[in-house]
Amino acid sequence: MRRGIPAAAMTLGLALALTACGGTSDDTSGGATADPTSGGSGGSLVVWVDETRQAAVEKAAAAFEDENDVDVELVLKNYEDIRADFLAQVPTGEGPDLTVGAHDWLGELTTNGVVAPIELGDRTADFEEVAVQAFTQDGQVYGLPYAIENIALIRNTALAAQAPATWDDAVAAGRAAGVTYPVLLQTGTDGDPYTYYPLQTSFGAPVFVQNDDGSYTSELAMGGEPGHAFATWLQAQGQAGVLSTDITYDIAVEAFKNGESPFIIGGPWMLEQFADLELAIDPIPSAGGQPAQPFVGVQGFYVSAQSDNALLANDFLVNYIATDEAQLALYEAGSRPPALRSAAQTASADPITAGFAAVGAEAVPMPSIPEMGSVWAFWGVTQANVIGGTGEPVAAWDKMVADIQSAIGS
Amino acid sequence: MSTHRTLAEDGTGPSGARGAPPGPPPRTTGGRGRPGRPAVRPGTLVKIALMAVVNALGVFGILAAWREGHLGILASMVALVVVADWVYFSRRTLPLKYVLPGLAFLLVYQVYVVGYTGWVAFTNYGDGHNSTQEDAVAALLMQNERRVEGSATYPLTVVERGGELGFAVVEDGVALVGTAEEPLAVAQDATVDDGRVTEVPGATVLGRQEVLERQADVTALRVALSDDPNDGSVRTQDARTGFVSVPSLVWDAAADTMTDVTTGTVYRATSDGWFRADDGQRLNVGWRVMVGFDNFATAFGDERYAGPFLRILAWTFAFAILSVVSTFLLGLFLAITFNDTRLRGRRVYRTLLILPYAIPGFLAALLWSGMLNRSYGFVNQVLLGGAAVPWLTDPWLAKLSVLGVNLWLGFPYMFLICTGALQSLPGDVLEAAKVDGASGWRTWRSVVLPLLLIATSPLLISSFAFNFNNFTLIYMLTGGGPRFADASVPLGHTDILISMVYSVSGLDGTAAKNYGLASALSIVIFLIVATISAITFKRTKQFEEIT
Repeated sequence: MRRGIPAAAMTLGLALALTACGGTSDDTSGGATADPTSGGSGGSLVVWVDETRQAAVEKAAAAFEDENDVDVELVLKNYEDIRADFLAQVPTGEGPDLTVGAHDWLGELTTNGVVAPIELGDRTADFEEVAVQAFTQDGQVYGLPYAIENIALIRNTALAAQAPATWDDAVAAGRAAGVTYPVLLQTGTDGDPYTYYPLQTSFGAPVFVQNDDGSYTSELAMGGEPGHAFATWLQAQGQAGVLSTDITYDIAVEAFKNGESPFIIGGPWMLEQFADLELAIDPIPSAGGQPAQPFVGVQGFYVSAQSDNALLANDFLVNYIATDEAQLALYEAGSRPPALRSAAQTASADPITAGFAAVGAEAVPMPSIPEMGSVWAFWGVTQANVIGGTGEPVAAWDKMVADIQSAIGS
Repeated sequence: MSTHRTLAEDGTGPSGARGAPPGPPPRTTGGRGRPGRPAVRPGTLVKIALMAVVNALGVFGILAAWREGHLGILASMVALVVVADWVYFSRRTLPLKYVLPGLAFLLVYQVYVVGYTGWVAFTNYGDGHNSTQEDAVAALLMQNERRVEGSATYPLTVVERGGELGFAVVEDGVALVGTAEEPLAVAQDATVDDGRVTEVPGATVLGRQEVLERQADVTALRVALSDDPNDGSVRTQDARTGFVSVPSLVWDAAADTMTDVTTGTVYRATSDGWFRADDGQRLNVGWRVMVGFDNFATAFGDERYAGPFLRILAWTFAFAILSVVSTFLLGLFLAITFNDTRLRGRRVYRTLLILPYAIPGFLAALLWSGMLNRSYGFVNQVLLGGAAVPWLTDPWLAKLSVLGVNLWLGFPYMFLICTGALQSLPGDVLEAAKVDGASGWRTWRSVVLPLLLIATSPLLISSFAFNFNNFTLIYMLTGGGPRFADASVPLGHTDILISMVYSVSGLDGTAAKNYGLASALSIVIFLIVATISAITFKRTKQFEEIT
């Protein structure tokens, strides 16, 4: 029994230690208060990064630390967790000063008041137009872009010598190659509207109505005649066995890697797996006659609205991340074309990158308005059902548009 | 060591005066006849050392909480440390010495969490209402201070004049200096070097480090361009470049209103956590407020959810009950089989059977979702020779698959507890049955099963409660799918209540996040589970009394 007391005390100690950690982990993630002992410097900057970008940001941070005598603390986060954690932690004052992120988070981040605008000044012109546009809301820029990503048609040149002009050409070329799949598109039972979007736009059915300056209104545009045509086409392709809900990302990538298809619609994140293949990057062939425009995603850095180091944060972004060196390092880490024009030019020496960039130049930014969240849930499943043949295409499409409309309205 | 002895010992604490303790003799420095100086035993030293560690950690935590300004954490840390010291150094708190660590954990990890959920259920916490009104005002002002279109950017230097911060900028080669009080004015004698002001008579140019030390003041500083406020003011974000901006919203703290200076519209703070204009328009950042029972009303008020809700409720009950029954029956059957001493290699079998239990649930669910893929899954390809059974995409088969996978995951647990219960059955009762001439079946039905049920029913109830909220399995295996074809909400045939909550409250990203609604629905689920558990426990007690 006497043994019980030390054991109990130890458990309590552990409990207290855990609670203590709860209290002290704040200075690692918050870092807002300047530590007076750190060499009389102006403070420390906390940056959230994901694994892919860590090394590249580290390099830029090292230069910044040397020149300004400040500490830059990189906190490694799971990319999937950053959005929710940023939203939850900034209001408590424990959030970072800077975080990596994607432009389509913007609507949610501004509605919750957790990001601060960045004034790029005369440097705006140094960036690709679509990149700055994607981070712009209501005339304010909220992020410093560093990479642009979009999908394109990846072609195995050993199986298809020429870029197909239309979807039917691609299917014909795929069939002629005598392989298992004429064209690969990741679908899954929940659908993949992101990958299917260029095909949908080729029927003239974009998701939302766009303003003249490229920003989106919350008015749905994918219903009506063009939408019906796309849905009918989807079912026909499903019945012909070209598209299938059984093809998931993993299955598609694996099949393309093994030379079972000449074409796959996908992004630069797949390339690592295709290292052994001879590839060419082509525009996505149109299925409905109009240009097939994929979504462009822009990645960048956001500044916290409650950063006590706003000056350092902006200085770091505008003068150390918006440089050829940093943008190229980020490009090498993530293989997405840089958002800075001069760096993009350097990166375009690689024909693959140039191919993706060329497709991206014709693409449209992914909507970042909050209404977009309500679209995804219905969009993908409807496409999957139509492809799988469980729904009558026109009726299913109309129901989807109505459901999205009521979800947005609610 | 008898209980009495231990109690006495502990009660006396460090003193060894009341009778010789067992084990090594006490190290006393003096003779036996000096009762005034109690001996210090090793156990006491260890205790003091451990309590020192606990106190050190506690004080560390308190200081950390103080530094970060978390008064709640600070208060609870102080309370915990004080209580811990009192409990472990007082002689009158013996039971608490055992209970305290558990209580502390309970408070930190259960009571706090439940209390917080309860609180959130009565607020509108969610997208648009993410923080306090103060933060919302700051964010709105920040978002609505725009750069004057077509205005120039200036190379900027931070200066200090008469104890006030100011900016020195260069426009067309001429140096201009101003502070918060004085608009920019030409400074004749200022030195401009390389397009930047390097020296201003009557003011000190701040170095980079000095600027960084006062960065909050520097970013907050606005130096008017001229006497006319409509011209805007110069501000900077990096202390290197200045630009001209004008605010389009003005905050009036006294009246609790925001005014749009370009249109003159007045937005008033409302009780639902928004700034609203008289015509109903609102600004896009809101704040958290208490909304009473609104969330509960919303939960049951949206007619789009009415139909799916009942179907999901029915399936949740079916899923939880069938899961418990099927896993219990299979576990029991296997336990009886492997309890038979005639079976050889029982240990090997038993170890193998526990394997599914050893694999993390979410991983197993993911694995199964791959194995049940219609065209490429192991089950269809290898076991069924290339059949295309839609295991996860047909409504009924998907339900069957969910139950099947849960059976695979859950039976080892039931097997374990049944084996334990069987082995601890009193031998005399079984022997009595034998003496009375009961058949094997009769013994099993009238003696073994009732005794077994008494031992396992609390675990069956907890298993029911667990499966009622088995989010991981549903999320990882089917994601709730296949979707209801006739519903207008993103819910499916295998969704259970908790996965419905996840979707309804937008936590899965399909709608605007609403933590208030999610918490309210969680409380409803808790009430359902608690009621059922309470009723069943009561029943079991009656059952126990009968036998």
